[in-house]
Amino acid sequence: MISAKGICKSFADKEVLSGIDLDIKPGKIFGLLGPSGAGKTTLIRIITGQLGFDSGEVRVFAKPVNELTGDDKKKIGIMMDDHGVYDRLSCTDNLKIFADIYGVPYSEIGKALKETGLADSAKKPAMKLSKGMRARLQLARVFMVRPKILFLDEPTSGLDPMTMKYIHKLILDRRDSGCTVFLTTHNMEEAAVLCDEVALLNEGKIVDRGAPSEICRRYNHQKTINIHLKTGEDISLAHGAESAEKISSLIEQGKVETIHSSEPTLETVFIELTGRKLEAEEEIRYA
Amino acid sequence: MRNVLVIIKKQLKDTLKNKTVLIQFIMFPLMTLVMENAISLPDMPELFFTKLFSVMYMGMAPLTSAAAIISEEKEKNTLRVLMMANVKPWEYLLGVGTYVWILCMAGAGIMATGLPAADIPFYLGVMAAGFVISIALGACIGIFSSNQMTATSLFVPVMLVFSFSPMLAMFNDKIEKVARIFYTQQLRVLMNQMSFEGIKPESIMILSVNAVLAIALFFVAFKRKGLE
Repeated sequence: MISAKGICKSFADKEVLSGIDLDIKPGKIFGLLGPSGAGKTTLIRIITGQLGFDSGEVRVFAKPVNELTGDDKKKIGIMMDDHGVYDRLSCTDNLKIFADIYGVPYSEIGKALKETGLADSAKKPAMKLSKGMRARLQLARVFMVRPKILFLDEPTSGLDPMTMKYIHKLILDRRDSGCTVFLTTHNMEEAAVLCDEVALLNEGKIVDRGAPSEICRRYNHQKTINIHLKTGEDISLAHGAESAEKISSLIEQGKVETIHSSEPTLETVFIELTGRKLEAEEEIRYA
Repeated sequence: MRNVLVIIKKQLKDTLKNKTVLIQFIMFPLMTLVMENAISLPDMPELFFTKLFSVMYMGMAPLTSAAAIISEEKEKNTLRVLMMANVKPWEYLLGVGTYVWILCMAGAGIMATGLPAADIPFYLGVMAAGFVISIALGACIGIFSSNQMTATSLFVPVMLVFSFSPMLAMFNDKIEKVARIFYTQQLRVLMNQMSFEGIKPESIMILSVNAVLAIALFFVAFKRKGLE
């Protein structure tokens, strides 16, 4: 559905992307993870044809991106972090503009608003919507045209957990209906929940890729089982037959408060690979 | 062409809720009606306020509204969304330009109500030409500006020069000598004569140069900045 080979992009002397390879299969959610400034938005803009690149090849719908026709582009939905809505117009009127452009019947507007939970705010001007509702209005705008590929740039950035969860459900529903989703995020929990495959992007290079669970397993060097006892004591046991008896005995004696395996998260994998935190910049921004 | 109509439709809806742009289209036609009917002084030239405000309207409303609309769309990133939806830059600019021109012509139609019926086609022709040049200049400013604040700081001096110089030229010969190179002053001269027969080659030449410069500037701005 989407493929890229050796994409390189520089702004002035600074190389932003260096030899990016991608192969995204239809009907999957692909997550591009990286801290702010890693090159995620630049890569989305290149793949969607908004930005040129220095070398490499990008193909969407098996065509070079610069050869996509108007009809091809109508099968692509894009929600960028910085995209705006028409503040003075109502939610319905905002969607009507794009229904007219894409030739979508107006009956789809009501469906898209209902799907995104904005049916009650259909007549409300966009300027009176909360941040989460504006994000949902943007999603309604891209959902309305029933795209085959959906590009979502930080779709839940700065949203409250409830809205975030709601948007996750919408994205998963879209994937289940056969849409291919390309999303960027620096939220590793979001990536773990949503993505079938992720690529970790750092300073313009993909440092690892795979299914989130597979990546976590691959970097599970410690392979220990951590037990927190009711007495407050923490013990770590190695994976293996010799530990099984001890764990079983602790459980039988009712001494165990919590028990966890030591598999790393995407966050810890990222730190191990790059020495950087995924959300470091974001934390500073909201501090 | 469908996208051009979509842009016009969008602007019509948006303008009804955008008081700062709406007032540009209403203020001068309204002032003309009020002043022509309320003030009558001895020795005052016939249709003094209609002609005075028409030139000001021509130099002000299309220029400021075109610049304000384009710069607002750039600032709020809605223009990028339109481009992503495969609206071509020329479709967008033609849509905005046509919309501004239509509303300005509607305003000119109101201002023309005090004119003798025989003069109305000439008057509207003059206004139509002036609006086109002003829209091109406003679009240049909109394209050059990344936000509304920059657009305002650019269009205010330009608008003041073009819309007020014909009025000042009535009272000062030196200003008149400078102002005659502006399209607004030439169109004011044409409006005073109010006949196709009275058009001088000099006026046609100055108007043509102004139009060519405005359109050339528009293309230079678009080539350098695009709609990003």
